[in-house]
Amino acid sequence: MSEPLLRVRDLRVQFKLARGTLRAVDGASFEVGRGEALGLVGESGSGKTVALRALVGLLPRSARIAGGSIEFDGVDVLTLDEDRRRALRGRSIAMVFQEPMTALNPVMRVGEQIGESPLVRLGMGRRQARARALELMSLVGIPDAKRRADAYPHELSGGLRQRVMIAIALSAEPKLLLCDEPTTALDVTIQDQILKLLLSLQEELGVSLVFVSHDLAVIAQACKNVAVMYAGGVVETGTVDAVFREPRHPYTLGLLRSVPDVDGVRGRLSSIPGTPPDLAALPTGCPFHPRCPFVVDKCTSGEFPLRALAGNRATACIRDDACAEDARREPVVANA
Amino acid sequence: MGAAAEIVAEATLVEHRRGFRRRWYRTPTFVAGVSILGLIALAAAAAPLITTHDPVQQDLLHTLSGPSWSHPLGTDDLGRDEWSRIVYGARTDLRVAFIAVFFSFLIGTIIGLLSGYYGGTVDTLASWLVNVVVAFPFYILIIALVFVLGSNTRNIYIAVILVGWVSYTRIIRGEVLVAKRREYVLAARAAGLSDVRILRRHLLPNVVTQAIIFAMSDIVLTILAIVTLGYLGLGVQPPTPDWGRMAFEGQTFLTTRWELSTFPGIAVVITALGLSLLADGLADLLRPE
Amino acid sequence: MSLTGYVVRRLLQAVPVALGVTILVFFLIHLIPGDPARTILGNHATPRNVALLRHDWGLDRPLPVQYEKFMARLVHGDLGSSLNYGVGAGRLVRERLPVTLWLICYGALLSVLIAVPLALFAASRRDRVSDHLIRGVPLVGLGFPPFWIGIVLLLVFGLHLGRLFPVGGYGQGFFGHLHSMFLPALTVALALCPILIRSLRAALLEVLEADYITTARSKGLSERRVLMHHAFRNAAISTVSVLGVNIGFLVGGTLVIEQVFAVPGVGQLMINSVFQRDFPVVQAVALVFSMLVVLVYLLTDIAHALLDPRVRFD
Repeated sequence: MSEPLLRVRDLRVQFKLARGTLRAVDGASFEVGRGEALGLVGESGSGKTVALRALVGLLPRSARIAGGSIEFDGVDVLTLDEDRRRALRGRSIAMVFQEPMTALNPVMRVGEQIGESPLVRLGMGRRQARARALELMSLVGIPDAKRRADAYPHELSGGLRQRVMIAIALSAEPKLLLCDEPTTALDVTIQDQILKLLLSLQEELGVSLVFVSHDLAVIAQACKNVAVMYAGGVVETGTVDAVFREPRHPYTLGLLRSVPDVDGVRGRLSSIPGTPPDLAALPTGCPFHPRCPFVVDKCTSGEFPLRALAGNRATACIRDDACAEDARREPVVANA
Repeated sequence: MGAAAEIVAEATLVEHRRGFRRRWYRTPTFVAGVSILGLIALAAAAAPLITTHDPVQQDLLHTLSGPSWSHPLGTDDLGRDEWSRIVYGARTDLRVAFIAVFFSFLIGTIIGLLSGYYGGTVDTLASWLVNVVVAFPFYILIIALVFVLGSNTRNIYIAVILVGWVSYTRIIRGEVLVAKRREYVLAARAAGLSDVRILRRHLLPNVVTQAIIFAMSDIVLTILAIVTLGYLGLGVQPPTPDWGRMAFEGQTFLTTRWELSTFPGIAVVITALGLSLLADGLADLLRPE
Repeated sequence: MSLTGYVVRRLLQAVPVALGVTILVFFLIHLIPGDPARTILGNHATPRNVALLRHDWGLDRPLPVQYEKFMARLVHGDLGSSLNYGVGAGRLVRERLPVTLWLICYGALLSVLIAVPLALFAASRRDRVSDHLIRGVPLVGLGFPPFWIGIVLLLVFGLHLGRLFPVGGYGQGFFGHLHSMFLPALTVALALCPILIRSLRAALLEVLEADYITTARSKGLSERRVLMHHAFRNAAISTVSVLGVNIGFLVGGTLVIEQVFAVPGVGQLMINSVFQRDFPVVQAVALVFSMLVVLVYLLTDIAHALLDPRVRFD
């Protein structure tokens, strides 16, 4: 198997607050293969957005990368200087943001915004860049591209704006696309369209994808692999199929169980008891243990890094067998 | 139902007040502002105690003298003690500014409340009036008013108030427009509370914070206006000491006794600084967490 | 709605305000306590002159008629006759207007030249020492009376620093104006700067923290391109608005500063007329300046609409 395009190892990102240090990302590790799609799942506050921003170096000023490595194409990005890191942005790694209304420059026409990277980063001439922008607009499914290119962001619908965002992200021909909840702000019908678009683009262009979302259904649709994040760390990885069918971490199990189940496989709707932890004051031991139904004494102290399992899976839980057993008894998805 | 609405309104108000009491001594800008202003106000009030000369008493044998033991800042062209005049000037200017702003605040707030709450013709009329007054450059209007009414202290009050109420109306009206759609107001109305009661006990405490903060910087602007009028000769009439007038009178002697013209200005700057710090500190404190 | 539609709408909105201004100015004379004519002419006026003035100004007619007369004359450009100079008040104002406009524009230009770089610098170095220092400027600066700034500048430049700049007057020719008016214009600029710096810094910060700036950065664009191409255009919109809003302050400031530096502009005319009890001139100046301000507000709104594509879609 070829080298993964992106390999994140034990990433730590911290924020300096008045009341202490906030450990937004606390030892996260995951990989993305070439041409593959990885879903990064977690609730708000799990650190998934921060991890994503860390990949491109777009963290707010109060944030600090406190440890770990981010290997892109074999090179540890964190060891590079700012200029080299900037060179990677757009050209190698691009980002699709959640809120297209605020993420697009309100006083620039969308065609101009899409054509900016080709113009500046790919050295195209003005006319060439415009042609490329129109090409990209067709690629992402924007009808009547020529007319739309002269529109301003506020003149377009939410779905179209998100397509523009995707076009911008693709404009410098990146190898990796980072999507930060790209469908969350959209209507459900549009969500579906955008997801399908991302999938088809991925196939067509062979781009790798990291898809951040709190919505498990969306991840299941769009990604082959999944990494589950909790309290700043990755607690479970594996293929979507395997993980969703037989979760080997109580948090994953809890998440799956709390999604409203349209197929009628599960009898009841449950939720994970307790509340997410304060990232500035994490509990000792496994961060999930206060809420875990399988907790034992050993869980309350020590470190719980990801442990490799058979079949290209990994989990941070020492009670994964009990967890998998429970999932088998009360299946979460159909055809378990 | 009425009681519940009252409780909610009280709770919102208490939020503000509690925050204030808890943090005021830990907000450096507020403390600094209060200190500076307090010092100046104290000096002004205690003027007879810290000065040795009557500010209007002339001494034509000792005009334009430099700093000395009996005249720490020297004397002006009529032999009056500069230090006394500056201290007593604080009395004049501070008093006029505070009172004028107070009335502007009062009138502007009432009109703003009524305009925002009732809307309709009252609002249209008030807004039109506001726009017209705002169209006038501030100083032009003040000078024209003082010209028309005559240059004395009472008319300065009138001129400043006639021009100043506008800002308060704008602020309060804006806040009321937002606040009147909030639950606690709707609840109060549903409970059949009279308009006056709603305005006074429910809306007013919650919309007035912005206006109070503005009032602080308004006092600065008003002091500047009074002092500028004084400089132009249209303000507080001599011999009552006024910083602006002093600056003007001293300008002729800029080459020899430059302190006569610059020191009154410095007094204004320091007073304004105290007020600005106070305004900033107040804004920090009264901002809901 | 198109741009022309917006302009027309704004123009229509300005009309009642302009009318209101004329009413207010018209009413000024009636605020004069006692008999306006007698007060204007002073205690030594003969009853006959007082009566003549009253008749001339129509003070013996009912109010609406007076206003009608007033507006009729206004429409013909007649702003009344100066009591002192004996010529049309309008003409006096017109003669001196260029000087004041010079001062206003020169001062505004200088203030933008000083405030914009400072605000940019502070916004880009948020919360660091330089930012706090620059933020101190509005804090202290707002308390500086404009005339006092003028006096200090006079002291430093005019009298001590080798008499670099003349201490008053208008000068001859374009460069003469630039030279003579430098100190007054600088005073205007320094008086305006605190407000500009504060507003611009806030506006710039808002722009710099916006999401679309993150998007621009994610494209790997140089920080310079991000600032110039993305941040600047949005910030320019705010700058224009801020300048426009502060024009009233600017105009008022020039008035006083003309006195400090003995610049023969409209401001000086007004002050002199106040002392000479020359009511028609005071009235004329008030009217002209207010209309000017209304015009500037209108132009600012239109400029804003031109720059910001979101505006037209109300």
